[in-house]
Amino acid sequence: MARMATTQKVVVSTIGAWLAGFLIFFPILWMVLASFKTELEAFAIPPSFLFFHWTTENYATVQERSDYLHHAMNSIIIAGGSTLIALLIAIPAAWSMAFSPTKRTKDILLWMLSTKMMPPVGVLVPIYLIYKTFGLLDSRIGLVFILCLGNLPIVIWMLFTYFKEIPRDILEAARMDGATIGRELVYVLTPMAIPGLASTMLLNLILAWNEAFWTLNLSTSYAAPLTTFIASYSSPEGLFWAKLSSASTLAIAPILVLGWFSQKQLVRGLTFGAVK
Amino acid sequence: MGQITLVDVQKSFGPVHIIKGADLDISDGSFVVFVGPSGCGKTTLLRLIAGLEDVSGGKILIDGKNVVDTPPAKRGLSMVFQSYALYPHMSVRGNIGFGLKMAGLAKDEINRKVEAAAATLNLTPYLDRKPRELSGGQRQRVAIGRAIVREPKAFLFDEPLSNLDAALRVQMRLEVTRLQKQLGTTAIYVTHDQVEAMTMADKIVVLNGGKIEQYGSPLELYERPNNLFVAGFIGSPKMNFVTGEHAQQQGAITIGVRPEHLKIERGGTTGWPGTISVAEHLGSDTFLYVDGGPLGMLTARYIGELSLNPGDKVSLTPEPNRIHRFDGSGNAIRA
Ligand SMILES: Nc1ncnc2c1ncn2[C@@H]1O[C@H](COP(=O)(O)OP(=O)(O)OP(=O)(O)O)[C@@H](O)[C@H]1O
Ligand SMILES: [Mg+2]
Repeated sequence: MARMATTQKVVVSTIGAWLAGFLIFFPILWMVLASFKTELEAFAIPPSFLFFHWTTENYATVQERSDYLHHAMNSIIIAGGSTLIALLIAIPAAWSMAFSPTKRTKDILLWMLSTKMMPPVGVLVPIYLIYKTFGLLDSRIGLVFILCLGNLPIVIWMLFTYFKEIPRDILEAARMDGATIGRELVYVLTPMAIPGLASTMLLNLILAWNEAFWTLNLSTSYAAPLTTFIASYSSPEGLFWAKLSSASTLAIAPILVLGWFSQKQLVRGLTFGAVK
Repeated sequence: MGQITLVDVQKSFGPVHIIKGADLDISDGSFVVFVGPSGCGKTTLLRLIAGLEDVSGGKILIDGKNVVDTPPAKRGLSMVFQSYALYPHMSVRGNIGFGLKMAGLAKDEINRKVEAAAATLNLTPYLDRKPRELSGGQRQRVAIGRAIVREPKAFLFDEPLSNLDAALRVQMRLEVTRLQKQLGTTAIYVTHDQVEAMTMADKIVVLNGGKIEQYGSPLELYERPNNLFVAGFIGSPKMNFVTGEHAQQQGAITIGVRPEHLKIERGGTTGWPGTISVAEHLGSDTFLYVDGGPLGMLTARYIGELSLNPGDKVSLTPEPNRIHRFDGSGNAIRA
């Protein structure tokens, strides 16, 4: 009797979970489906779900009209570069705040977070002018720089919380074992922090990949990443749902694949068993 | 070599004065135990010696050289943490060999030394496991292996056995002592288990409130405690203290007698009279908790079985040459 009740519970919660998952996933599914419709069917009311005339013509048009690979490469350089630089700055910063905090550490962390509370549009004009003066408009390096700075507070915060969880004793043990600060960082802290680093890196990549405010405002063609590529289907020549969808599908595909394969690395729990 | 000398070592955390001037001379090869109640500064003093905390004053000499400005990595000491503090991402081999790797030894030499240490500690079958795949006792042995393999000037232990169960604790206690004697390396060992202190130590440091109350061999502390604190802290069950008339007769403010130095007589009238309130029969020992009226509660220990029960009247007579006398400020009066 009791067993039947639990089986029922499991079935109900499984169905519930699938439903919730489907609901969350639906917009993405809808976008992918729309990318295979003709422009007319993409607009049709009532919409057709699966039974429409499947076509890949949108993809062909999109590729013809704009150079996907060029924009994808820009996205990779901008997202990857800004993440890499952010990590290089954030690792030592978070390390020192987690392991030798001063009485100002809390304030500094809050101050960094406070910069994220200001809407970016508030500083658009000065940044635009600075970029213009220094010739950074529509340059990859300019975008790498601004996205890196934008995400830095979040990266430092995330790493700080991960580092905080690493037992102090283990670092002291390394010190007793004759490790200098540098080697302690390389041989002990970093390997233990890898799951945290991996998830921070992935999150930052996704944020940078999808960042649309600065990329749209500071780039036009040469340095334009995939966000600009998508946007170009919604403005100048009216709205093209199907083409917009196929552009978007193309744009999120790389990051989706990356997320799918790095799921395992994101599961944490490496420190378990080290300290009783 | 591993001679460690502390000269007026002080430590404050902010305004709080934790270590109030410690002087200590630890000779090469000896096993010194720090004991004291919780919060008295044992761990702090050990960490000062290790270099994990900076002193606020005084000198720490290792083999005659002042090391207060030397970082822990360069002091040539190794430490076993209460939490084990193993590197979770390294195998047992990696854990034990890490110090040697940091010292820049060649790979095959590291392997040879690690395997020798593992053999001493019965860890050979586990060399390729990760710490999370080991039992508590095995983890503790890895932590010890990591300490011995570097052949340090001294071992520092901070309550290394407190996470183990009672049986394993006794076994590891013996192993640590045997290993230390065999290697002849100086060891400083922190515990608040006074049985560990009495059985393992060549010399014991009794700490109280950040001050060293007494430094001496276990038997010295047992037989000639410097003051009331040490007298009460060392020995189990605790020493009995009596004040008033009986103490004055001995020319003291307080006298102390250990439970095992009270002669127990059924009904007798020659000694201190009292009524048994609790009797513990262990077979090998009998512990009597006696209500001595104006003398307060007294504890008496009899080696062997004594068939007395609660409510029985007894008289307790201290062995005359086993009475400890203390003055008004609690210091021992030596004849
Ligand atoms: N980093 C610190 N900052 C402030 N106070 C501290 C710090 N470390 C220790 N203390 C204080 O110093 C005192 C001694 O601490 P310590 O850890 O040396 O005690 P202990 O003798 O090892 O105790 P236990 O037997 O409980 O381990 C305690 O009162 C503790 O609160
Ligand atoms: Mg302690």
